[in-house]
Amino acid sequence: MTDATDTAAEVRPARTSARRSGTGRAGAALAPYLQAAPMALVFLIFFVLPLAATIVVSFWQYTQYSIEPALTAQNYGDVFYGCLANLPSLCTTFLTYLSTLKFCLIVWATTLTIGFTIAYFLAFHVRTLKVQVICFLLCTIPFWTSIVIRMISWIPLLGRNGLVNQTLISMGVIDTPLEGLLYSDFAVILALTHLYTLFMVVPIFNSLMRVDRSLIEAARDAGASGAQILRHVIVPLARPGILIGSIFVVTVVMGDFLTIGIMGGQQIASVGKVIQTQMQFLQFPLAAANAVILLAAVLAGVWALLKLVDIRKEL
Amino acid sequence: MSEAQTVELAAVTKRYGDALAVDAISLKIRAGSYCCLLGPSGCGKSSTLRMIAGHEDVSDGDILIGPRVVNDDPPAARGTAMMFQSYALFPHLSVAENVAFSLRMKGVAKDERLNRAARMLELVSMTDFADRTPNQLSGGQQQRVALARALMTEPSVLLLDEPLSALDPFLRVRMRSELRRIQSELGITFIHVTHSQEEAMALADLVVVMNEGRIAQSAAPREIYNAPRTPFVARFIGGHNILEDEGRTITLRADDLSILPEARASEARRRARISEIEYRGPDVRVGLETEAGESLTAVMGERDFFDSPLTRGSDVAIDWRPEAAHELSRDG
Repeated sequence: MTDATDTAAEVRPARTSARRSGTGRAGAALAPYLQAAPMALVFLIFFVLPLAATIVVSFWQYTQYSIEPALTAQNYGDVFYGCLANLPSLCTTFLTYLSTLKFCLIVWATTLTIGFTIAYFLAFHVRTLKVQVICFLLCTIPFWTSIVIRMISWIPLLGRNGLVNQTLISMGVIDTPLEGLLYSDFAVILALTHLYTLFMVVPIFNSLMRVDRSLIEAARDAGASGAQILRHVIVPLARPGILIGSIFVVTVVMGDFLTIGIMGGQQIASVGKVIQTQMQFLQFPLAAANAVILLAAVLAGVWALLKLVDIRKEL
Repeated sequence: MSEAQTVELAAVTKRYGDALAVDAISLKIRAGSYCCLLGPSGCGKSSTLRMIAGHEDVSDGDILIGPRVVNDDPPAARGTAMMFQSYALFPHLSVAENVAFSLRMKGVAKDERLNRAARMLELVSMTDFADRTPNQLSGGQQQRVALARALMTEPSVLLLDEPLSALDPFLRVRMRSELRRIQSELGITFIHVTHSQEEAMALADLVVVMNEGRIAQSAAPREIYNAPRTPFVARFIGGHNILEDEGRTITLRADDLSILPEARASEARRRARISEIEYRGPDVRVGLETEAGESLTAVMGERDFFDSPLTRGSDVAIDWRPEAAHELSRDG
């Protein structure tokens, strides 16, 4: 909050000096738009246009070998075919969403727990900036290789004759190899958690670094225990970071098909996987409709999260 | 409010690695008195306060509050409460919840704790602001809230870390008298860290002047002002001239230095040239350079000065009453 007032104070003299200099009013007024233009163009061409195209195509018709412009809600009908009629037993679409949502919630919980712990350690226990930077680089190591290699690397570790099973057998903990380590819900959750914990660490760390250390002393002075300080002071103040991290993780996991595909041995359904399959069969309008529904679902989730905290105020 | 307690430091030492921040200081603060720890930045006054509060470990020596050694007690068990320099109000809580924080930690029900917070806010005249958040308050208001929050734990000793330094001069004077009023109303021990000698003089029953981790002098304000023990103390509290006279180091209050008319110049102790004249309203400060190269300062009443005005650059004779000279011991 002090940051905001500081920048406001800096901006004002800058503006008056621009007015005083000879650039002229029109040029000065245009400058910010020109500065924003490149990013706006990239955003327009690579985000807004494809999104618009997706929405348009979702209303088109298709056959086995062609797609045709039209305005039909048929695709949306197909996505939810039989969903209402067969209640209470759930249709494929609902089951798929439910499964994706399940992964989303579990991965959110694990990344939040692990991410908060790491961020807390980095912010409160690591004293020097240098060590903090080194620790951050360590956290980014998973991102140094391509996602496919990262996925494949789990196989020698978790496979039937992988490192984990062999170690457990040689230690005498188990007699036969554990089957559920690879190509299972567990593997999917493990891989997703491994991938996206950093998305939690960074924003939470950022929030924690802004927590005035004297607040913690003030809480201790008022007789708060360690757990109480965490619950009543640190977590509330880390809320913006937790929220931003949650938005990252939820959106990424909801749309994931690669990790769930590979780590689930192509046996676990996810919304992303459904869309990918439909695209392989050239059912573009149907895939588009599915994508629009997924987008709406994710946006609804983000909207709900944003209701919990005023991001503009907190930043 | 709980009973006031004495605070006693016995050879308390604080080391940060090899650096010695507080060097075996011993001090006894009477129960119910207002004590100011005074000194330049880095003199160890804040470390001392933080050790009494329990926010800093004691490297050596003992801290006693009342009859108990509290070295290893957590802050809340010491019966102390601290008011932080930056106020350290919780930005996510309302003013009332800030004040009620310690009760919430004890598990007091919401209605009761807010009731008690309201009573405390009355003491600092902040009742109307109970529902605001700290960032909606001015510096002075935040400070009142911080004070109320600290008093909520019913401490027997209140510790204040440069409480007035963030306020503008006008408010500082007002809050100063407010602090004094609240202290005498509650009757508990206040320990107040400041680098302003004016603040210490105005507030304290006991002024403890610190320098380089040691106590340079601890005494009542009047004694400190009239009989500073070392050149450091004399310089730090200001308004003093330090000079060598007949082989002794003496200090003279600036208002004890008199500038003689020419007629009586023969009986003067020093001759000097006026290097500076500063008009200050109630008085006038005259800067003097003696023949021996000492810089002295005389302060004259406004009317006295203008009865026979002096000009910069003129030569004058200066003198003082022998009983005004106070001998200093060496620093350290």
